[in-house]
Amino acid sequence: MSDTVSRRTVMKGAGATLGAAAFAHAMAPLTEWSKDLSVGEFLQKHYKELTRDEMGRILVHLKEETKRKYGRDVDIRDLPPQEGVSFGYALNLSVCIGCRKCSEACHQENNHDRRTGNSYIRVLEMQQGSLDLEHGNANYDHPVPAEGKYYLPVQCHQCDNAPCVKVCPVQATWKEADGVVVVDYNWCIGCRYCEAACPYHARRFNWAKPEIPAEEINPDQGYLSNRIRPQGVVEKCTFCLHRTRAGRLPACLEACPTGARVFGNLLDPKSPIRWVLENKRVFVLKEELGTRPRFFYFFDK
Amino acid sequence: MAASRHLLDYPRFLGRLLWMSTDGSWRFYTWMTVLTAIALVGANAYAHQLAEGMALTGMSDHVSWGLYIANFTFGVGLAAGAVMMVIPAYLYHDHEMHDVTLIGELLAVAAIFVCLLFIVVDMGHPERAWHLMPGIGRFNWPVSMLTWDVVVLNGYLVINLHICGYLIYMRFLGRKPRKQWYLPFVFLSIFWAISIHSVTAFLYSGLGGRPFWNSALLAPRFIASAFITGPAFVIVLLQAIRRFTGLPIGEGPLRTLTSVMRVTVLLNLFMLGSELFTAFYTGGSHATAVRYLFFGSHGHHALVPWIWTAVALNIASAVVVHLPATRRHVGLLNLACALAFVGVWIEKGMGLIIPGFVPSTLHEVVEYVPTLTEWKITAGIWAFGLMVLTVAVKVALPVLSGQLAASHAELGHISPLPPGEGRGEGIG
Repeated sequence: MSDTVSRRTVMKGAGATLGAAAFAHAMAPLTEWSKDLSVGEFLQKHYKELTRDEMGRILVHLKEETKRKYGRDVDIRDLPPQEGVSFGYALNLSVCIGCRKCSEACHQENNHDRRTGNSYIRVLEMQQGSLDLEHGNANYDHPVPAEGKYYLPVQCHQCDNAPCVKVCPVQATWKEADGVVVVDYNWCIGCRYCEAACPYHARRFNWAKPEIPAEEINPDQGYLSNRIRPQGVVEKCTFCLHRTRAGRLPACLEACPTGARVFGNLLDPKSPIRWVLENKRVFVLKEELGTRPRFFYFFDK
Repeated sequence: MAASRHLLDYPRFLGRLLWMSTDGSWRFYTWMTVLTAIALVGANAYAHQLAEGMALTGMSDHVSWGLYIANFTFGVGLAAGAVMMVIPAYLYHDHEMHDVTLIGELLAVAAIFVCLLFIVVDMGHPERAWHLMPGIGRFNWPVSMLTWDVVVLNGYLVINLHICGYLIYMRFLGRKPRKQWYLPFVFLSIFWAISIHSVTAFLYSGLGGRPFWNSALLAPRFIASAFITGPAFVIVLLQAIRRFTGLPIGEGPLRTLTSVMRVTVLLNLFMLGSELFTAFYTGGSHATAVRYLFFGSHGHHALVPWIWTAVALNIASAVVVHLPATRRHVGLLNLACALAFVGVWIEKGMGLIIPGFVPSTLHEVVEYVPTLTEWKITAGIWAFGLMVLTVAVKVALPVLSGQLAASHAELGHISPLPPGEGRGEGIG
């Protein structure tokens, strides 16, 4: 009887060893993954709980990491929202010609993945006389502007009642005091619920590690905006907050050849954005969803 | 026996059960080896996905959830439906059902494991899962529906583990279970079963930007389909247990579960019809996702074969389960169960999650086809779930049938029983 038991036990032992070895072999690709995983980053607190010192150390670490992974010296800052500033954006559909210079500028400014040619802006070619998105087309490939068409660039609307913020299970995304919806890329768990919730297709996921040649990297970076995002997190347009919080204009606006874009402080009565809102007939996309965007569209006539 | 003794004895008891679960017939070893192999293939695919990124999946920014979340949704239904057996047993005092209720709860436990794994493999940063823990992370409760899902799924797991563990342990000790220690939890689990699938439905139906999901009927549809798949799986499982263990399982539970299915398959079809009516009679952009799902649009047809297969299977199962001959021929009943199971799996998966994303919110049509990596991981997770279920059922049955009891196996001695005493023949 003891023979049976011991034979059984030996076989079980062999089976267990074999199983463990097979498991270790199956999981071997993880060594690659864990190389990129630092204890400090793993234990890093939520953005809002970081002290100045902690943020300082994280920024140093991120700069070193960028150097190591991408071979480029960059400057990463964490600019806070300015007092008395609430950003708004407006776009003149009468003059937009659909050239997509804005998407291109966004792509470069925000250090997007070169392989996928990502951008936070999608330009829809729309049927004249219709606001029905169903008749739009984002993949046009012909000279613009085309006869009978107009163009509708769509990017993050920085909604005041943002569905993406509402659904995030870990508060990795939130609305800043100046109205910009941001993502803490070091806190996002990559569940992509926000992507499902956004009615404007404004969020992007890093399906793989972004590829950018060192010489093409924009070194002027922000912790909450255009620093090169890690694989497996969601990102979005931040109105270029590393620029706009320093008093500059968003990259898409500077790139626009027709002057269709207007950006500024909604709280400043003399700002051009206020002039547009007060003097033009303005509308927002999908108003019926109650998202209350701070990205506005208008026509000249 | 002092309560403190249980603190030591209960883990020992569980350890003993687990040890026992590694004994079995050649059939059992073959079954577990095959499942282990599939699970390992899945684990390997997952390791690659984690290292190289989710670009290995067929998902995109347009279709940001795919096969994993589809299977998650289906798994929640299975877990909720498994507890369906509790309702006749405890609410309507069907005593024959009592014996098999535990099987349903064990299935629920295994299904929840499957669900949790599907969530983990869908995360871009699974090592940050601790951000989800209330207290140490930043739990966006009660605003995010996903946090509700975390609460109800884990709560459901704990409740069912408690009920199963307590009842089996008491049977092992040869004592009558005390009602106050399980009855409240049994009733709670009924309520909770409804809640896990409702909350999962609210996850989708709460999104205003996705008209395909933004329907109040979604939660009732989820419940109806859960009460198809749960009973369907249990019907087949009970027969397998009867066949392989010789445990006396009466016809009563099978009859009751068949009656449940007769109602729910029709209810499910009726609600599908109601949704189709609203979509197509209204027409316009309201119907674009439904049109894409059933007929394709702008030259894209990836989901059309899926959904028609699902409809055909669901109708076929409804017909077969209502045939008078099904009462006499268990083969027909099993056929109806299989048809219904696969039908709902497609309907709650490819037929529900994917069309929510196609067309996208800007009305772009970007299709989704799962990659081999996704299929491997999916198969691996289901194989793992079946392993959990097999072990759970296998260790529960010898206790339930009285083959393993404290009276002839002192707790202190964890060495296995001598062979040939029926031990470990489980369902293997």
